[in-house]
Amino acid sequence: MTLSAEKRTLLTVITESVIEEILLKDMERLGVRGYTVSDARGRGGRGVRDATWGEVSNIRLEVICTRVLAEAVLEHIQSHYYDNYAMVAFLQDVEILRPEKF
Amino acid sequence: MIDVVLLFFILGLTAGLLRSELRLPAALYETLSLVLLLAIGLKGGEGLAKQALAPLLPQLGIVMLLGIAQTLIAFYILSFVGKLGRADAAATAAHYGSVSVATFAVASSWLISRNISFEPQLIIFLTVMEVPAIIVGIVLARGLSKQTDWRALAHESFLGKGVTLLIGGMAIGWAAGPDGLVPIKGLFYDLFKGALALFLLEMGLIVARQTGELRKRGLFIIVFGLAMPLLSALLGVACGIAMGLSVGGITLLTTLAASASYIAVPATIRLAIPEANPALSLAAVLGITFPFNILLGIPIYHWLAVKLTGVMA
Repeated sequence: MTLSAEKRTLLTVITESVIEEILLKDMERLGVRGYTVSDARGRGGRGVRDATWGEVSNIRLEVICTRVLAEAVLEHIQSHYYDNYAMVAFLQDVEILRPEKF
Repeated sequence: MIDVVLLFFILGLTAGLLRSELRLPAALYETLSLVLLLAIGLKGGEGLAKQALAPLLPQLGIVMLLGIAQTLIAFYILSFVGKLGRADAAATAAHYGSVSVATFAVASSWLISRNISFEPQLIIFLTVMEVPAIIVGIVLARGLSKQTDWRALAHESFLGKGVTLLIGGMAIGWAAGPDGLVPIKGLFYDLFKGALALFLLEMGLIVARQTGELRKRGLFIIVFGLAMPLLSALLGVACGIAMGLSVGGITLLTTLAASASYIAVPATIRLAIPEANPALSLAAVLGITFPFNILLGIPIYHWLAVKLTGVMA
């Protein structure tokens, strides 16, 4: 069987859980229709963020969408949050089924 | 004899400093703080059901002013003596103007185990003292700028976990009354000390993690973390006496004044003053002020209350 997979972009954002709500609101406004959020731990430029209590917990936010939208979101979060919050964001190409969903 | 719950704090602190493998699941910490907040609220509500509420209003005004005054004093010291930038000074000042529920819990358990009673409205004081400092802190950092999303911040501060559970618990305790609370007493009253002990074990581990940041920050922040609670305590004791509270009530109000927030304020300030460094405020609050208050501060504040009420009488 050959799958008719289409290309989309996966945007992953790893950041402080304290800004989860405002970030999701921003994304919805920019046109993101669906996302997945999971709790995350790690270490980076702002020290160990090991989720042992609220203030040092991280989230990993994943969105699959078109390249254009992913770039728009990335640009938005870069200009609004990169300076002051622990944040890593990146894009990847992914292949998906049901293109109308993304 | 040192309170047994404090031995758990010392265990956590020691384990953390020795880099032990000990780690409590984050969900447990969340659950414990939920139980403690509700228990404190229920107890307050139960007490309030027995008295008229209207005479308390002027007292609420006084404690709000107390929180505002503390924030302004802390801001002044941090910016002019400590030479911190405006954002950092305002953010840290907001922590010190607000209150710590955990410190309150330890102080009330300290009083109860010595059979010293206190007024139920102290729990309302705890709730209303959380918020004014946050607003003052934001205004100090930003001015009254239009950019600040006050609606979102009000939502964050008034409907955060702490205030919601405290007010909710009080409402339930008030509505149910002592008889209605009997079926849930086992969980919220009888297990209170056990929950507090476990909570403090985790707090010890959290405090131990601040040492690295403290070493980086140097002497000023350590001195500030010790001097600010003592200064606030003097204001607190004066307010307590002015309100005519009992010795237990004055001790608790003094502890509230001396305590600094590390849950409600950091979360809101992180959103409202993003350029402030959260590690700095938390190092002072958690690394110095919280352990100082629960280990040494509370007995000192009680001694102050006893001495000063003795002088007045």
